[in-house]
Amino acid sequence: MGACHGEPGPLVGENASVPLYRDEAVVLRTHKLGEADRIITLLTRNRGLVRTVAKGVRRTRSRFGARLEPFMVIDIQCYEGRNLDTVTQVETLAVYGDAICRDYTAYTAATVMVETAERLCEEHEPATQQHLLLVGALRSLTGGEHDPSLVLDAFLLRSIAIAGWAPSFYDCAKCGAPGPHRAFNIAAGGTVCTVCRPPGSAAPAPETMRLLASLLSGDWVIADGSEARDRREGSGLVSAFLQWHLERGVRSLRHVDRDGTRPPAPPRRTLPLKAAGAHEDGVDLAAVVPPLGSHPALDRHLGATQPDVREPV
Amino acid sequence: MPPGRPGRAAYPVVSEVGHRLARVYEGVVQDLIDELGRLPNVGPKSAQRIAFHILQADPADVTRLAEVLLEVKDKARFCDRCGNVSQDSLCRICADPRRDQTSICVVEEAKDVVAVERTREFRGLYHVLGGAISPMDGVGPEDLRIAELMSRLSDGTVTEIIIATDPNIQGEATATYLSRFLKHMGIVITRPASGLPVGGDLEYADEVTLGRAFEGRRAVND
Ligand SMILES: [Zn+2]
Ligand SMILES: [Zn+2]
Repeated sequence: MGACHGEPGPLVGENASVPLYRDEAVVLRTHKLGEADRIITLLTRNRGLVRTVAKGVRRTRSRFGARLEPFMVIDIQCYEGRNLDTVTQVETLAVYGDAICRDYTAYTAATVMVETAERLCEEHEPATQQHLLLVGALRSLTGGEHDPSLVLDAFLLRSIAIAGWAPSFYDCAKCGAPGPHRAFNIAAGGTVCTVCRPPGSAAPAPETMRLLASLLSGDWVIADGSEARDRREGSGLVSAFLQWHLERGVRSLRHVDRDGTRPPAPPRRTLPLKAAGAHEDGVDLAAVVPPLGSHPALDRHLGATQPDVREPV
Repeated sequence: MPPGRPGRAAYPVVSEVGHRLARVYEGVVQDLIDELGRLPNVGPKSAQRIAFHILQADPADVTRLAEVLLEVKDKARFCDRCGNVSQDSLCRICADPRRDQTSICVVEEAKDVVAVERTREFRGLYHVLGGAISPMDGVGPEDLRIAELMSRLSDGTVTEIIIATDPNIQGEATATYLSRFLKHMGIVITRPASGLPVGGDLEYADEVTLGRAFEGRRAVND
């Protein structure tokens, strides 16, 4: 059970010139393409990032079903195309998305993980360690053994470390002088001794340094026993570290639901939604309503065929 | 950037994957294909097909299409209460006193209102969120009409909320987020059952779909 065959591709097998491959992968994100297709961005075990087209996946009766949703771990078969590869078969290896999206904090943590993985990995460059790290982190989010916020920070620290920027939380990041040191400097790569300390270095709590070191090394006894204030400070440092190494910021980072108590924000719009351009009362609606092309509700409505709306009986 | 009218630079004619649509037709025909290609879910081939349909169509039909496009931009707006597409400050559903005022069905888009209406199963009111929470696309809870929903619930008239967001990761997460606040308000919260597509084969169902179908199973003997 679990295998599925997509829409017929070229006659692979009979035509040896079409390169076909199989790999394990995590679905990072999806984009709509055309009328019923999606582009699926995958982090594969052996080929790094792969962008592949899933034909007909948005149709209710697609045999791909939920197998190509974000956070799924799959065994996938694709054939290589000139621009994009095409999915021919998918089998489920692990379903994490279903549990993750039922826990909002875990969901926001998982989106940062997949976005970071996409940013740190390259297309068709093997990234087995990043792949395994991501699978492990997603599994951990569904297990509920640790605070999702800690799982996220552990993932981010290790992912940065795999990318070659392992931060130091004990010895001096510049000269290697044995720690502990009080000062912490992101640009310098972590804790710094009094000699190396650049001006403007932070002085986080020693407990925070201990927490971050434990997250990097996987010492969950220390991490799970940490105090909320140290977790908050640690998360701030991890975010800053990540943003420092990635040129553009990680978009989903600002939406992370760190303590799970955030109430719904007050409305941004002070006026009710109106169609763009419907100027009334001299109010500049352009400042309130995004122009066509960025207003999802109106865009999609205009793009959809007008169905038959009947008066309710 | 394809050569085009000046000022086109703001809208590169590039599909979501970055395939550049080749400008293969002359002048205005290509302009039409480019514009159509910017519509949601319209790929290069569909844009070309629609463009040629328009080229061959009766001039009166094309005039009507052009007029209604301008008219919709002029007259259509969103319902002040529910966010549905409307011609007045309240949409037809919100303005209808026969609708059940104690029940609200929350959907992502106005087109979902139409989809639920077609079933004729629901007699209550709607609330259009304007999308789903998708942090990777930069959409957080504060970008949706969630606070507007909360204010609709403040007078206690509404006793039931049906969260009919899409049955995908973003839609489920949005439902999770909403239920976190709604469950403290003494309101009955339900979510439409997900399950097997009618007319499909069980053996092709994926694990998530089949799992949900089992979760939402119903008794067949009365
Ligand atoms: Zn030093
Ligand atoms: Zn309305």
